[in-house]
Amino acid sequence: MPESLTKTENNSSAHRVTGASILLEKVTKSYGSGKAAVDGLTMEIPAGKVVMLVGPSGCGKTTTLKMINRLIEPTEGRIVLNGEDVTTMDGDKLRRGIGYVIQAGGLFPHMSVAANIGLVPKMLGWDKKRIADRVDELLELVSLDPNAYRDRFPKELSGGQQQRVGVARALAADPPVLLMDEPFGAVDPITRQRLQDELINIQAELQKTIVCVTHDFDEAVKLGDWIAIFNEGAQLVQYDTPERILAEPANEFVENFIGSGAGLKQLTLTRVADVGLAEAITASPGDDPQAVLARITAAGHGHAVVLDARQRPLQWLSRRQLSRLKAIDSALDAKLPVVGSRATLNDALDTMLVSSAGAALVTGAREKFLGVIDVSTIMEAISAAHAAASEATEDAPVGLNTGAIAIAEGHRA
Amino acid sequence: MLSVLVAALVYKSKVLTGIANSVSAIGLTIPSFALIGLLIAPLGFGVGPAVTVVVFFAALPILRNAVVGLSGVSPAVVESARGIGMSRLRTLLRVELPIAWPVILNGIRVSAQMVMGIAAIAAYSLGPGLGGFIFSGLSRLGGANSLESVVTGVVGVIVLALILDLLLVGFGRLTTSRGIRA
Repeated sequence: MPESLTKTENNSSAHRVTGASILLEKVTKSYGSGKAAVDGLTMEIPAGKVVMLVGPSGCGKTTTLKMINRLIEPTEGRIVLNGEDVTTMDGDKLRRGIGYVIQAGGLFPHMSVAANIGLVPKMLGWDKKRIADRVDELLELVSLDPNAYRDRFPKELSGGQQQRVGVARALAADPPVLLMDEPFGAVDPITRQRLQDELINIQAELQKTIVCVTHDFDEAVKLGDWIAIFNEGAQLVQYDTPERILAEPANEFVENFIGSGAGLKQLTLTRVADVGLAEAITASPGDDPQAVLARITAAGHGHAVVLDARQRPLQWLSRRQLSRLKAIDSALDAKLPVVGSRATLNDALDTMLVSSAGAALVTGAREKFLGVIDVSTIMEAISAAHAAASEATEDAPVGLNTGAIAIAEGHRA
Repeated sequence: MLSVLVAALVYKSKVLTGIANSVSAIGLTIPSFALIGLLIAPLGFGVGPAVTVVVFFAALPILRNAVVGLSGVSPAVVESARGIGMSRLRTLLRVELPIAWPVILNGIRVSAQMVMGIAAIAAYSLGPGLGGFIFSGLSRLGGANSLESVVTGVVGVIVLALILDLLLVGFGRLTTSRGIRA
C-alpha cells in the first residue's frame, strides 16, 4: 500500500514532504498497429514537487498520466513508485493509494459530498468515526464549511465547489501522489484562478507529489515546479523549471507553445513578497498636511500614505494634494492601487497600469501596509530572474541531482 | 432481476447492446395472445405457459431501460470510480446501477402495467387470475351476468395495476438517491 510511502531524500525545506517519487522507465503505450501514443518515455518525477505535463491535444500527456496509476496499462516499460515497482501489482489497490482528480471533479451524483469524500477510506476499511473526522478536516482544507456542505449532493454545488470536493476526495486517504487531469478546465477563469491559488496553498502545506495535465501553459507556469512539454507521441521536448523554459526555450516548438509574452509570463513567477519593496512616508488621519509635506520633501519622496489605526492604507496623497489640503481625513480612497503580498508581479503591474500611478501599495496579512512597489522594482526583478535562469543552466548538473530531473527523451523502438 | 443482469452483461459492448435492443423491440411486437397459443403446445395448459409469457414480456422493457440507463452513465464518473481504485464489479454495483436506477425503475413500471394486461389474457391457457372473469364473461356474452363478469375482471385488473404502480412509485422514492432525483 503506497500509503506508507512517505518521505524523501534531499529535502531541504522546512515542511515535511509527504509525496513519493515516481519513475517512468521506457514506458510505451501502443494501440494495435500504427503510431504509439506514448513511445519509450523515461521520466523521473521528484517527490513532493508539482510536475505539469503540457502539450497540444493528442500528444499523449493524458495517456502518460493514466499510466502512472495504470488506468491505462503500459504496453512496455516499468512504473516505479518510491523505489517500488508497481507495474504488476493489483491495479485497484494501487489506485486506492494514488489521488485522482479529473475535470469537473467526477463526483458521484447519487452520493452526498461526505460519501464521495469518504469512499476511498471506506474501501480501505477505516471506521465510521475516523472517516467522518477526515471528511470534515478535508472540507475545511478546501475551504468549504463542513456543516453546510457535508450532506449536500453534487448537483447542489457550483462547478468550483464540485472541483474542490473532487480534490478533497482525492486527498481522503492521504495518498503520497496526486494525479490531476485538466482539473480546472471546466470552471470559469475567476474560479480557476482561485482554485489554482488554493492548490498552491494546499501543496505548500502537504507537499504531495502532484502530476497535473493541462493544455494551458500559463497554468503550468503558475502551478509547476517542473514543466514537461510534450510533442506528439509523448516526445518530451523540454523538462525544466518554468523560469528556464521561459528564459531559454529548447527549440521552436517550445517557443511556439509558450506563445507571445514570455517576458510577461515571467512576471507571474515572482510574488510581490519576494522582491524588495520601497519604503514610504506614512501619516495618520488628523495629521497636519504641512508637516507631512515637510517630511516627504525632506525624504525626497513624492507621496505620503495615510494609514488607519490598524495600519491599513486609506489614501495615497501627492505633494500637490497635500499642499491643498487643510486636514487629512479618514475617508477611504476606493481607487487606491493596492496589491496583496501574495500577488504576482503580473498582478502588481496590472494594478499600476490601471491606477496610472506607476506604483502600487503592498499589503500583507489583515491588509496591513508593507511598502510600495514600483515599475523599476519590477524591472530589476525581471533582470535578476533572467540572470538566475542562465546561471542555473551553467549549473545544470546541480539542477539534476537536486530535483532529479529526467534525462527524458522519447525514441522510436 | 434477470433483465438487469443481462443488461449488465451487454451494455459495455456496442454489438451486444444493439442485439439486446432489437430483441426487446421485436419481442414486444409479438402478440401476447399468439405467444400463449404457441406455448400451449410445448408446455400444456395451466400455470406453465401463463408464467412463461408474463416473464418474457415483463423482462423486455426492463432490459431495454437497463441498457439505456447503464450506457447513460457519464464516462467521467466511471473513470473516476476506477481512478480511485474501485474494481469493475464494485463500480457497477455502487456507481453505475444506482445512477441508472431511476431509468431501470421506469422500465419496471412500464413492464408492470403491461404484464397486468397480459396476465389477464394468459388466463386463456387456464392459468390463474382475474382474466378468468373476462373470458368466461365474453364467452357467455349476452347471457346472465356476462357483462358484469367482464366488467369485474377489467376493473379488477385496472385497480390492481394502479395499486402496483403506486407501490412502485413509492418504492422508487425510497430507493433513489436524493442526489439524482429529478
